[in-house]
Parts: sequence; structure tokens; C-alpha cells
Amino acid sequence: MGLMGLRSYVTRRLMLTVPTLLGVTILIFAIIQFLPMNMRAMMYITDIKELGNLPKLIQEHGLDQPLYVQYLRWLQGVIMDHTLGADRYNQPVYDAIVSRLPASVELAIYSIPIIVLIGVTFGSAAATHKDKALDHMTRLLAIMGTSLPSFWEGIVLLSVFFAGLGWFPPQRWSPSVNLYVSDPNSSWKWYTHLITVDGLLNGRLDITLDGLRHLVLPVTVITLLNIALIMRVMRSSMLESLGKEYVVAARARGLTEKEVIAKHARRNALIPVITLSGLLAAGLLTGVVITETVFDLKGIGAYAAESAAVPDIPVILAYALLSGIVFTLANLIVDILYAYVDPRIRLE
Amino acid sequence: MDVISKLTEYRVRLQPTLRELKLIGTRIRSSRLSILGAAIILFYIALALLAPWLAPAGHPSQGGDPYMIPKFGILVTPQPPGSTVHGNHALFGTTAWQYDIYYGCIWGTRSAFRVGLIVVIPSLLLGLVLGMMSGYYGGSLDELFMRLTDVIMAFPSLILDMAFIVVLVPLGVQRLDAVMISFVLVGWTNYARLIRGEVLRTKNEDYIEAAKSIGCSDLRVIAKHILPNSIYPVLIMASLDIGTTVLGVAALTFIGLGAPEGYADWGQLIAYSRNFIFGRPDNPFGYWYTFVIPGLFMSFFTLGWNLLGDAFRDILDPTIRRK
Repeated sequence: MGLMGLRSYVTRRLMLTVPTLLGVTILIFAIIQFLPMNMRAMMYITDIKELGNLPKLIQEHGLDQPLYVQYLRWLQGVIMDHTLGADRYNQPVYDAIVSRLPASVELAIYSIPIIVLIGVTFGSAAATHKDKALDHMTRLLAIMGTSLPSFWEGIVLLSVFFAGLGWFPPQRWSPSVNLYVSDPNSSWKWYTHLITVDGLLNGRLDITLDGLRHLVLPVTVITLLNIALIMRVMRSSMLESLGKEYVVAARARGLTEKEVIAKHARRNALIPVITLSGLLAAGLLTGVVITETVFDLKGIGAYAAESAAVPDIPVILAYALLSGIVFTLANLIVDILYAYVDPRIRLE
Repeated sequence: MDVISKLTEYRVRLQPTLRELKLIGTRIRSSRLSILGAAIILFYIALALLAPWLAPAGHPSQGGDPYMIPKFGILVTPQPPGSTVHGNHALFGTTAWQYDIYYGCIWGTRSAFRVGLIVVIPSLLLGLVLGMMSGYYGGSLDELFMRLTDVIMAFPSLILDMAFIVVLVPLGVQRLDAVMISFVLVGWTNYARLIRGEVLRTKNEDYIEAAKSIGCSDLRVIAKHILPNSIYPVLIMASLDIGTTVLGVAALTFIGLGAPEGYADWGQLIAYSRNFIFGRPDNPFGYWYTFVIPGLFMSFFTLGWNLLGDAFRDILDPTIRRK
């Protein structure tokens, strides 16, 4: 059995993913088809001079061909050449997304561990203290986190901690740092485009600290927003685990309550949290539209938000396509991990 | 005699329904937080119903539409609560361009319910019909609908909403209408999944077999036997989605995709405050009222729904409900 079971599970799971991925591309393609042909051609303009020559673009991208030919050519363009159209500045959307990625990634890599750590700790504490004060407090925290609109949270935090106290400013780094890192004559070198990492690599601890200072508020907002789900799942999974026979057996063997919880109950209760954390990571890595906008972070989420109001159609559709694909793949990876950790899943 | 037997029949027939409602009722009453939630929602319903009296419309700047916020001037700088702007009293002050915050908050309640209902009811109906058909008939129809829900659910919902909206708007659809249409197009999937599961659960019960064997039509079986036994979880889910929908629409409005300029919407009021959140040089909290007041209106609204929802989650969970 063992890994053989895993292999057949992975195969079955892949078979389910392929139609979903195809469906994701078909849906986005279908949405584009609602636009008249000229507008569809305009999505590809990378040079303002091409505006006068739409028929050429129509021919070049096969926009007058039968639907299935168009779809295949479009899909080929997306996969092979990353052709996602051009934004309102005639910059290819793909390049813009790549250049905006670091801000979103940086936000995600600080938020995810904090969310998971706090969520797991509070969730399992709520389960072991079920119906006591601690349980009610975490429940209240969870409800508050999901009730407050994230953009309002951000604004209130900025008002108090930036305007009022001057501690945590918006944007990714201070103006003085900006002068330094964007000066071609300075000794600054970009390695990862993550300011907190590159600060260390350049031997400039002050720049790393400046980056961290700018991350405090957005990470707080994202944590408040996402912690409820992890906490709730951890709590119920832990409650279930605490009632299991192996926990009773561990107690019967005379282990201390601490050992029973840490080694027997919590470890097994963590499995559903893995799933959730994977999806959370996918969500944060594809950008958080509202939080990045409020804190002026210039990530891909903020790029989508700026483009939405215009509306800059190619950007939004490319962003939706990208998110759909990333989420489908994240689901796949998480399910496979899940099956790897918990052999019972493979047999279903 | 006939009347009495009819009454008895109805009583017998309604008994499961009554029992279910009673169970839900006791559960709600046994949780203090959910009573608080219900009280908050009732308060907002009252606000929405009384809006025309609490904040009478009729300012010339509204152009006859009570859902537009009156504009007391053209000055950009907000005015503090209680001030008088061009002869108009502004209880909560005015935000950028002299939009009256008090009016916007009160009528914002009404438009929150309006948007919530206009989105949730069609989503529910669409999900109900497609989910029922999917579960009842099965086969390739089921396969088709379920793959469709897979695809729609593969996207983060707000992002797919944005994709629909940016295409609908250039085609001439009004902005707020486009938002609501896109929410329906994305939102029906949850209900369809849930109702399908419920139908699959009840489909093979003996009483359904019995109904079919005496020659009931499909429609009759669905309407009279399956629906009453599977509708509760879906209805509860739908009512709770009003809070989530309002939050989603407000987020879109905040980035400029939702309600049109001047529309009474909490998200809109908060968006207007964006240039003033850092206050004045002499007082960093000088314009607090422009975002704190509408934000509180909105937060308590979603808090009410979430408090109710938290209790409902336990009620709906079949593994713990009868304990």
C-alpha cells in the first residue's frame, strides 16, 4: 500500500484539477468575448501608434477567427508568451505584475507565520479551555476580526499609529531610504527585491528595520482578518482530537496533561490547519487588494485596485486568471500534502 | 367534521417544520451573543424603515433621489459634527465636498439592506433551482453544474466579481447594477452546493420513494417533499450572507468600483475620508468623524450578522445539534 496508494490518489486528484484549470481559462476567455472586437484588439496595444491600426492587431491575434481557434490562440499566447495584454500605460500586464510581485510577497512572508502561529496557539487553548473565559475571549476576537471592514481597520490604525503617534508609516520604506535605493550611484544592490532581506544583504540593518516598521500595520490588518478562520478550525479539530481514543490511552498511561496535549492531541489536530494555511498562502501571495491599497504598498493587489476604477480591463482579467490558476494549483498541492500526512485520505 | 380532519392533517404535516423552528428558537435564546446579534440587526432594520423620517430627503442637491447624499456646498474640507453649512444643520458633520455624514449613515443602512437583498434573493433562487436539478436528476446535468461551480469557486470571489464588473460597465450597465449582477453570478454556487447535498441526503428516504410510487410528478416531489426537508440550512446561510455581501460591496466601492458618486453607502463615505485620515498639522485627529462614524455604522452591522451566524453555525452542524 503506502506510497502506491499515494500515487493513485495524486493521479485521481490531477484528473480533477485539469478540467478545473481549463474551466478557469474558458471562463476568463468567455468574459472577454462580451466585449466588442475593437475593444478586444485594444487590449493588446503596447505602442500608442498601434491605435490607428486595429485591423492589423485583429488579424495578428486572430480575433476574427472562429471562437475555438481564438480560444486556442489566446491560451497559447497566455501559456507560451505570457501575453496578457497591455495596461493603460501600454506596458505589458505580465511585466507589470512581475514588477509588483515583491511587495505582495514581502507582506505574505511576514503575515503567514504570524497568522498560523497565533491561530494555532489560541485555537488549541480555546479547545482545552472550552466554555471558559479564554474560549469566549478568542471567540469574540474572531468575530471582531471578521466583522470590521479591513479598509476601515487600516484607516483607523493609520490615523492613530501614524498621524497620531508617528510610529508606523504607510508605504514600503521611508523617503530617505527611497532616495538611497533608487540612486544609481549609491552602493545599493537589489538581490531579492524584498527590502527587509536586501537591507541585510547590503549590510544595512537600518534599512531592514525601516522596512519592518512599514510592515507592522498591514501585517496587523491581515492577521486580524485571517486569524478567525484558523482559530476556529484549530479549535474544532482539537476538540475532536481530545475526544479520541489515543488521547484517552495516553492519559491512561499516566502522561501529564501537557504531554497529552502537545504530543498526542495537538499534532493530529494540526492536519486540517495545513490545508487552510496553504490556501491562505495562495491568497496572500496573489496580493491583498484592499490592504495594499490602504497602505499604499504597490503590490499586485494594489495594481488591480488602481486598474479597477479606470477600468483597465486587461489588468483585471489577467489578475483574475492568475488568481484562479494559483488557487487551483494551491488546492491541488495542499490536498496532496494532506494525503501524504494522513494516509486515511488516500483510500477514500 | 371535514374541517376538523383538515386541521388535524395540517397540524400533523406542519409538525416537523414547527419542531425545527422551535429547536432553532431555543438555540438562539440559549446563546447570549446571538441575542445581542439579533438585537443589533433589529435596530438596523428599524433605522432602515424609519430613514425617511429620521433623515428626510428633499435637499435640491439630491435631484429627487433619496438614495443620494445631500451636498451642502462645494468646499473640500470636512466640517465638524454639529456645524451649520449654508444653513443646513449637519449632526455628524460633513465629509469631503460637504456630503452630509448623518444622512449618508442613515440612508446607508437602507441601501445596505437593499443591496444585500437584491443580491442574496436572486443568488438563492438561482442556486436553489440549479442545485435541486443537479441533486434530483444527477447524471451529466449534475456533472455540468458541479464542474461550473468548481470553476467559479476556483477564484477568490471578490476578484472574479471585479472581472465581471469591468466588462459589464463598458457595455453600458450602471455601476451598482454591475456590482449586484456580478455578486449573483458568483454567489449562487454556495447555495447550489448546499442544496444539492441536502437533496442527495433526502432523495433516497422512504417517503420520497412512496411519493414517487403513487405517481407524484417530479415537480410535486421536489416542491412538496424534498424542498421542505432541505431548505432550512440554505435559508439561514442566505440570511447571513447579507452581512458578507454588504462588506464586499463596500470594499469594491472603496476602490472605486461600487456605488456611484454621492450614493448613500458606508463604504463610499469612508472612501471620501481618505484624504483626511491624517488630520491637520495642529490636530492629527481633526477629521476623525469622517471615517469613525460611518465605519462604526458598518462594523456594528456586520458584527450583528456575525454574532447571529456564530450561533447558527452550531445549530446547522448536524453532528452537535441534538446534543
